[in-house]
Amino acid sequence: MSGVFLGMPAFPENAAAAVQDSQLRFNLRRATRTIRGKRAAVAGELPDWAALRDAGKQIKDHTLRNLDRYLLQLEEAVTRAGGRVHWAADAAEANRIVAGLVEATGETSVVKVKSMATQEIGLNEALAERGITAYETDLAELIVQLGDDWPSHILVPAIHRNRSEIREIFRERMGEWGRPAPEGLTDDPRALAEAARLHLRERFLASEVAISGANFMIAETGTLVVLESEGNGRMCLTLPRTLISVVGIEKLLPTWRDLEVFLQLLPRSSTGERMNPYTSTWTGAAEGQEFHLVLLDNGRTAVLADEVGRQALRCIRCSACLNVCPVYERAGGHAYGSVYPGPIGAILTPQLRRSGTVASRDRLPPSATRDLDASLPYASSLCGACFEVCPVAIDIPEVLVHLRAQAPHPRAERLGMRAAGWVFDRPVRLARAQRLGGRLRRFLPRRLPGPLSAWTDTRDIPDIPAESFRDWWGRTGGGTR
Amino acid sequence: MRVALFITCVNDTLFPGTGRAVVTLLRRLGCEVAFPEAQTCCGQMHLNTGYPQEATRLARHFTDVFAGYDAVVTPSGSCAAMVREQYPRLARAAPGPSFADAVAETAPKVHDLPEFLVDVLGVTDVGASFPHRVAYHPTCHSLRGLRLGDRPARLLGGVRGLELVPLPGAEECCGFGGTFAVKNPAVSAAMCADKVHNVMATGAEVLCAADNSCLMHIGGTLRRQRAGVRVMHLAEILAATEDDPGTGRGAKAGTGSGTGAGTGAAR
Repeated sequence: MSGVFLGMPAFPENAAAAVQDSQLRFNLRRATRTIRGKRAAVAGELPDWAALRDAGKQIKDHTLRNLDRYLLQLEEAVTRAGGRVHWAADAAEANRIVAGLVEATGETSVVKVKSMATQEIGLNEALAERGITAYETDLAELIVQLGDDWPSHILVPAIHRNRSEIREIFRERMGEWGRPAPEGLTDDPRALAEAARLHLRERFLASEVAISGANFMIAETGTLVVLESEGNGRMCLTLPRTLISVVGIEKLLPTWRDLEVFLQLLPRSSTGERMNPYTSTWTGAAEGQEFHLVLLDNGRTAVLADEVGRQALRCIRCSACLNVCPVYERAGGHAYGSVYPGPIGAILTPQLRRSGTVASRDRLPPSATRDLDASLPYASSLCGACFEVCPVAIDIPEVLVHLRAQAPHPRAERLGMRAAGWVFDRPVRLARAQRLGGRLRRFLPRRLPGPLSAWTDTRDIPDIPAESFRDWWGRTGGGTR
Repeated sequence: MRVALFITCVNDTLFPGTGRAVVTLLRRLGCEVAFPEAQTCCGQMHLNTGYPQEATRLARHFTDVFAGYDAVVTPSGSCAAMVREQYPRLARAAPGPSFADAVAETAPKVHDLPEFLVDVLGVTDVGASFPHRVAYHPTCHSLRGLRLGDRPARLLGGVRGLELVPLPGAEECCGFGGTFAVKNPAVSAAMCADKVHNVMATGAEVLCAADNSCLMHIGGTLRRQRAGVRVMHLAEILAATEDDPGTGRGAKAGTGSGTGAGTGAAR
């Protein structure tokens, strides 16, 4: 994945700083709660939401089980329609292919449709190394790019920014990238959107190459589908002479019939709308246009081999789990050290990076994201809100617990867990431990030492009772004596 | 009906008053209560922290201990959810059919207290009296795991003198999450700050829940802040009557400090 996250500390450390950032907390609280409410309203108004959700799950599972077959069908259909299909095993190969295709056009700049796959592989940075400038055209991605920042949300990448911050970014940076912000720009959302429109319009008209991702690929016809709100995607997909789409292999759907389900699930789950403003579909190359499809694996087939973890590949990147997650709301997206933050990121990132496990520990240098990735499955209280809202019923808590079992455990924790297990193995040991605790209860300090100080930093410990329940039961026959 | 009480390790060790309240309540409703003394822990902490082997060992022990009872009642939504939802998964991963059979036999008979009262015994008025203003926190495993819905509210609605006030943001996690509370203390505390804020906004005297581990976290924060709001397990409120308002002290012979996870008021 993208190099910007290399060497980042583990989640708890990142989150500890984030929770004290009042501006971030304020922005996130407002934004997540607004979208959360909208999603709940539009999902709740469909009487067959549960059935749709189940259909979405079934279609994705079926496709993933037959991925080899459907991918070949897609390749054939895209080729037949005049497109060229490229296969990329990892990020480096995908970046190499895309850079080569852009260089072959003789252009040194490209416009981009918002795409998670290209962020996952760090495409913009890779293109920059080859002297190619990639211009983001989604409003929020533009804010992130102009601000030298990185995205903190899948759907609304600049969710951590409020409008006055955006105004500052536009005023200070737009000029360096193209048309400057208008004089006297205010932080009125309409004024900000208009400034972005003017800035981007020049870019659309001047660009010969566009790079996109896709929300869905339909195997039977070789059609790609992009859902968006702003119309920038439509501009990028239609104006330039060369279109390159980088798409994860799990984005496949067998037929147009299947798409019907997802065109209901995705907008309602992501933006909380009944329907998104722009839905673009294209099949192969349009007349006078060159079309390349780069099919990206980058760890996906390895995830597919894990019977529990593979359900993460059902994800349609709607972000409903982010917006409802109490941990995400307080820690923000950057704490997750990945383009995929929140609950889905906590299960997707370590799996795609093949990192954060005992097995991978020796393979990776400490400077990589291995400590961060090992901490991600623990970045959840397992409250289950993410599973409840997921439109394709990914049991995120189940995968989190599954990944925790593979993660390296701190020594003190391992010893503590082993000791607790030993005590719980025999009731007599538990009873003795309880009696010891009862006798020592007066000496228990108000602030506990070591890792347990994490409890007493913000909470009192309960009074230890003189007698455990089992001893009371034994002494009184359950209160009958 | 012969009912086995699964007290849970946390209640057994730290909140025996809750256990005594469950015994009092179930007897008052005509149940014969057994306490299989070989019980220890369901293994939830081990499983959720990434130690499935230890969890499986404890799960095997649990199914041995509780085989053969009509029903197993536990005053913890998360432990009930562990047995009902996670044991079948552990059984699928474990070799041999005997454990899977034991899980299939025992797990469906394990009930969280509100569920047992409403669904199995069919009561919502348990004859309790508790003249106080109470807010109820539904806890994640009860709400989204066991899907207890309005059962706790119906039980509290049947309590004489009790004024139930709605808790804003009730469905949001308090931030306990087992070892999450110490592995991610900053986020856990930030979540609890919001929960406590919402509790205070209700003007309630008592915060009630059906899981003492969540209450230990919220109650510990309330107590640290000298907020003067008490936390109580649902069982303790349901056990209280006009004749015996000393909730949590439960059956007559009880000793020790009663009420649940404890607050300034209880000290």
